[in-house]
Amino acid sequence: MKEKAKILDQEGINRAMIRIAHEIIEKNKGSADLCIIGIRNRGVYIAQRIAACIKQIDNVDVLTGALDITLYRDDLALASGQPLVRKTEIDFDINDKNLVLVDDVLYTGRTIRAALDALIDFGRPKSIQLAVLVDRGHRELPIRADFVGKNIPTSKKESVEVRLKESDGSDEVLIAEKE
Amino acid sequence: MQWTKKDLLGLEYLSPEEIELILDTAESFKEVSTREIKKVPALRGKTAVNLFYEPSTRTRVSFEVAAKRLSADVINIAAETSSVRKGETLIDTGKNIQALKADIVIMRHSCSGAANMLARSLDISVVNAGDGWHEHPTQALLDIFTLKEKLGKIKGLNVAIVGDIAHSRVARSNIWGLTKLGAKVTLCAPEILLPPGIETTGAKTSSNIDEVLKNADAVNVLRMQFERDEGAAFPQQLDYFKKFGITEERLSRVKKEIIIMHPGPINRGIEMSSGVADGDQSVILEQVTNGIAVRMAVLFLVSQAKEAKS
Repeated sequence: MKEKAKILDQEGINRAMIRIAHEIIEKNKGSADLCIIGIRNRGVYIAQRIAACIKQIDNVDVLTGALDITLYRDDLALASGQPLVRKTEIDFDINDKNLVLVDDVLYTGRTIRAALDALIDFGRPKSIQLAVLVDRGHRELPIRADFVGKNIPTSKKESVEVRLKESDGSDEVLIAEKE
Repeated sequence: MQWTKKDLLGLEYLSPEEIELILDTAESFKEVSTREIKKVPALRGKTAVNLFYEPSTRTRVSFEVAAKRLSADVINIAAETSSVRKGETLIDTGKNIQALKADIVIMRHSCSGAANMLARSLDISVVNAGDGWHEHPTQALLDIFTLKEKLGKIKGLNVAIVGDIAHSRVARSNIWGLTKLGAKVTLCAPEILLPPGIETTGAKTSSNIDEVLKNADAVNVLRMQFERDEGAAFPQQLDYFKKFGITEERLSRVKKEIIIMHPGPINRGIEMSSGVADGDQSVILEQVTNGIAVRMAVLFLVSQAKEAKS
């Protein structure tokens, strides 16, 4: 993998989080009945950061959860590697909530399709909205994000690498070329 | 860590890492059973066949529940009511199940090694649900899962296995699993129920239950399997209870809390008193709940391994 460009640094990621938090509050007319669920792994950390930003803005503790979508993948039977099944932690009732689903990168849309199926098994939220740090295009399903940190036009030969302090020790988004 | 085996035949054949992978996967699956909709689509379109040559309720039902929570279709075959009575061999039965395009056979058999033999003859996955006196891997995995959940780790624990060691596949699987993960295992039984040479597995033996309890963090109490022996080798039931039965009185003499496990079904008043079975230290029903998560993990992993191979 050859590194090509740094798209976001720590400050850029922070600013995107704060803006998304404001947009979520604006769209939902406040933060009542709101919950934020991140897709494992990095989506969970981004969800927690957005929740922290909302706390600073509105002084409300928004419910957060973690969703593992492995068991809902449409390529489970085809996957050559073997995905590790991790824990889903949603310790609250999602019925009638405005639910914000969070992931790091939006690409084909298949992860989000799996996540939607998983969420519906947990209940019937009033709405489900999607927030992503990076939208890199190339959708294969009719799915779009409501809140986007940064739109990055990419080619399919490139890969987008999101690094976060919680999992990778630093905050940055890079584009790399697959060799 | 990748799972590469199409079958689960026994803990003897697994590495510590493979055992850990099953336990970690089971931890993720446990949450599914707490949902209002207790089902995930992971094995949608797969067929699991329960092939039981020996009576079993809890293991068969536990496997069935596990498979259904993964969205697999489940077919139950009880040997007493099948073509086995007309003289069909095990391999022929297995090949017929394979020809029906089933994906997993879950088998219980009274002959040690039956699951290994079937697995060699079939391309589809075989999961051993207990073979003779050999192994009952998912029972040991759920015992170890429960211990880990209660005490946070397995390494360094002192685990006693009490009762009919000689006839017990549960004991054998537990010895393999626990020693591989670094626990110290002590087997406690009347000498006649301790098979010669069992020490070569790394487990210690004793016939003094009170001494064993003093050092134990957990006790796995086995069922006295009267159906496996015409009675000659077994001590009288009451005599056994007096010398080896786990009672409140016996536990009260030990200073610390000991976790009490039992694979079920319990013979109350033979292996343990009712007070102990229903007491605070007993995790017997938690074992049953954890059994579902562990079996979901096993079914998921063996079917994934097969996909990776083809």
